[in-house]
Amino acid sequence: MDFRLNEEQQMLQDTVARLVRGEYSFEKRLEFSETEAGFSEAFWGQLSELGLTAVPFSEELGGFGGGGVEVQSVMTELGRGLCLEPYLQSVILGGGLIAQAGSDSQQEQWLGGIASGELKAAVALQEPQSFYDLNDVATRAEKSGDGYVLNGRKAVVIAGHCADLILVSARTSGDTREADGISLFALSPDTDGVERRTYPTIDGSKGCDITLNNVQVGADALLGEEGKAADVIEYQSGRAIAALCAEAVGVMEVANELTLDYLKQRKQFGVPIGKFQVLQHRMVDMMSELEQARSMAILAASVADIEQSDERRRILSAAKNVIGRSGQFISENGIQSHGGIGMTWEYNFAHYAKRLITINHQLGDDDFHLERYANLLQVG
Amino acid sequence: MNMNYTAEELAFRDEVRAFLDEKLPADIAAKVKAFRPLTKDDHQRWQKILSAQGWYATHWPEEYGGVSWSPVQKHIWDEESSRYGVPRSVPFGVNMVAPVIIKFGNEEQKRTYLPRILSGEDWWCQGYSEPGAGSDLASLKTRAVRDGDHYIVNGQKTWTTLGQHANMIFCLVRTNTEVKAQEGISFLLIDMDAPGITVRPIITLDGEHEVNEVFFEDVKVPVENLVGEEDKGWTYAKFLLTYERTGLAGIGLSKAALAHLKQLASRRLKNGRPLIENTTFSQRIAKVEIDLTAAGISNLRIIASVEGGGVPGAESSMLKVKGTEIRQSINDLARRAIGPYALPFVEEELADGFDGEYLSDEHAAPLSAHYFNNRKLSIFGGSNEIQKNIVSKMILGL
Ligand SMILES: Cc1cc2nc3c(=O)[nH]c(=O)nc-3n(C[C@H](O)[C@H](O)[C@H](O)COP(=O)(O)OP(=O)(O)OC[C@H]3O[C@@H](n4cnc5c(N)ncnc54)[C@H](O)[C@@H]3O)c2cc1C
Repeated sequence: MDFRLNEEQQMLQDTVARLVRGEYSFEKRLEFSETEAGFSEAFWGQLSELGLTAVPFSEELGGFGGGGVEVQSVMTELGRGLCLEPYLQSVILGGGLIAQAGSDSQQEQWLGGIASGELKAAVALQEPQSFYDLNDVATRAEKSGDGYVLNGRKAVVIAGHCADLILVSARTSGDTREADGISLFALSPDTDGVERRTYPTIDGSKGCDITLNNVQVGADALLGEEGKAADVIEYQSGRAIAALCAEAVGVMEVANELTLDYLKQRKQFGVPIGKFQVLQHRMVDMMSELEQARSMAILAASVADIEQSDERRRILSAAKNVIGRSGQFISENGIQSHGGIGMTWEYNFAHYAKRLITINHQLGDDDFHLERYANLLQVG
Repeated sequence: MNMNYTAEELAFRDEVRAFLDEKLPADIAAKVKAFRPLTKDDHQRWQKILSAQGWYATHWPEEYGGVSWSPVQKHIWDEESSRYGVPRSVPFGVNMVAPVIIKFGNEEQKRTYLPRILSGEDWWCQGYSEPGAGSDLASLKTRAVRDGDHYIVNGQKTWTTLGQHANMIFCLVRTNTEVKAQEGISFLLIDMDAPGITVRPIITLDGEHEVNEVFFEDVKVPVENLVGEEDKGWTYAKFLLTYERTGLAGIGLSKAALAHLKQLASRRLKNGRPLIENTTFSQRIAKVEIDLTAAGISNLRIIASVEGGGVPGAESSMLKVKGTEIRQSINDLARRAIGPYALPFVEEELADGFDGEYLSDEHAAPLSAHYFNNRKLSIFGGSNEIQKNIVSKMILGL
């Protein structure tokens, strides 16, 4: 048994850590967040130059052939910097869906660009009524000529506003919420009838809602088998959950470091507030929440790329449930331990606190995954 | 044991309802109910209506223009006004500085300031906290040095709520450095337009401008603006704290927020059904509703004892902790109820006169921001840790 990273994985993590430390100060992050893209194109370029956008892809694509642990190393460091770049959306989800479902020619067309960072993908899987259930798809794709016509609305597409390619789930048959009948399409956002409403998110990033109004696509836009995308979507969301858990661990690490520093520095009643036992115990609880989260992120990474099974499903739901709860605990108790200063825009802690809450609203919150886990509960 | 209102109290409740039915502006109530930010004008419009009714100053004796409601009547007002979406009166003038002036101020101060509070001419803010003096308020450093018939004030206050709208600030300042911290503090009324005062916004994590830093550089304050005696300010501040703490439990506000949450959960969907039918979520709502029921009765018990002549003690500290925890849980559930739509932060939807299409629905836009903003409930008015220290000392003798 050995939980240490191997030499290559450690080098990878150190590379990302160094880059984030050098380029992603809190002040710079605020600036990146305010730009039209909502992140730093230059930093994205650096990720790409160092080969980091290619980590999970095969060697022919210039990648490392990295698995869950490699992705985890990258995501944790991006989490520490509260980085805004669409790594999860484009590299993990977009790249993952195409790599799993795409035909040879589709992979050839897009994966190289995604791996090099030149092409940014986003995924439009949620809808206004879907809550977190990705099988709850009301958007329709009707056969038309040798292609399809898409109609519907996709919700909260993070990084969709700046994507070159959008992967949309739409129903080619079946009723809303049926797993069967969901198909995936790859669209250019410039296609007639695609309308994006862009907005900032409360954690400093950007996204959009997408309306599809008689959007005509060719047969070559279909990704994978018609009507059979639910499994692919579930599998790749699972990889994304593992990646998001790793990001959350990075966010929590810094949130805890900042809180601990503050407990030592801030004096009231003539002593550092860290001398008050209630704050000591709370800090200990925040630490052990982080350890729970870290363990689950490791476990999630270990199943991210294995064959689908109920065991994989259980582990990923368990991990996301723990991350959701521990993230909220650290967010709220960290603010409380800081007092007023923990609530201010100018101080970085508040931004870590916000990200921990929004992570719980991506790819299913703790309740959603508790229910999923309960449904898969194993007896004996 | 009798937990019912008397006939007179019921008649009073009807009177309150009739007044609110008739006079509460619908646009303001709608904003309050949806947790949308209020403008200065919203506050002032409502303040004038309340003043005209004679119901603005519920903590003042009648001779100064107050209304002498019993604790139960105040409670009825609190419940009804929360239910109707009445904006909370900005407390600093009417509920904070005024009771201090009435109790400890001189005639001149009463004549000058009380009418201006009633009419809305003055907007007060509270200058207690400093960067180095939060929970440990008595360690405050802002200096006031007597110079003839003036004090010269130097220092900094922070977290000054709505100071950007204020023309007056009441401050705790240090007038004596030779004595114990609590004994060298004075209570000064300062004109915000005085030369040497700078107000700088503090933006909170939800992007709101609600608090400020206030800097004092050689600010000349006439000695007649001293309330009571020099170096006795701590006593006045402690007197005021009892006013601040009652009502911080926010039971009425929690009830309104819970009603809002249940409506929200009836409209949002999960698995194609209203979210409120989902067992996990409905149990979360049920749990907080049960807690609120209990806290509501605790609140009534305190009110009944005050009505009977008792003094609210450390029980109100306990209730402040419970009450704020409950309100924060309700805000947490409202944010959870909108699922992925907790992320978009469409600030223009919160602006006055927004007439575009709402991204999700009109109720979703403020919910995440409101959740984050209300983390303050357990920090200000004496943090929840400080309240527990009070309880363990005063009630438990630990
Ligand atoms: C939104 C907002 C509005 C405000 N409005 C005003 C205003 O209008 N006017 C004004 O004067 N002030 C205002 N305040 C300030 C408020 O009263 C202070 O934030 C509060 O007193 C806490 O002080 P602090 O923020 O410096 O935290 P600190 O006192 O530094 O506390 C940090 C942490 O240490 C804990 N702690 C401190 N001492 C102890 C102890 N002895 N035992 C155990 N735990 C302890 C606290 O509970 C907290 O968790 C406002 C604050 C906020 C957030």
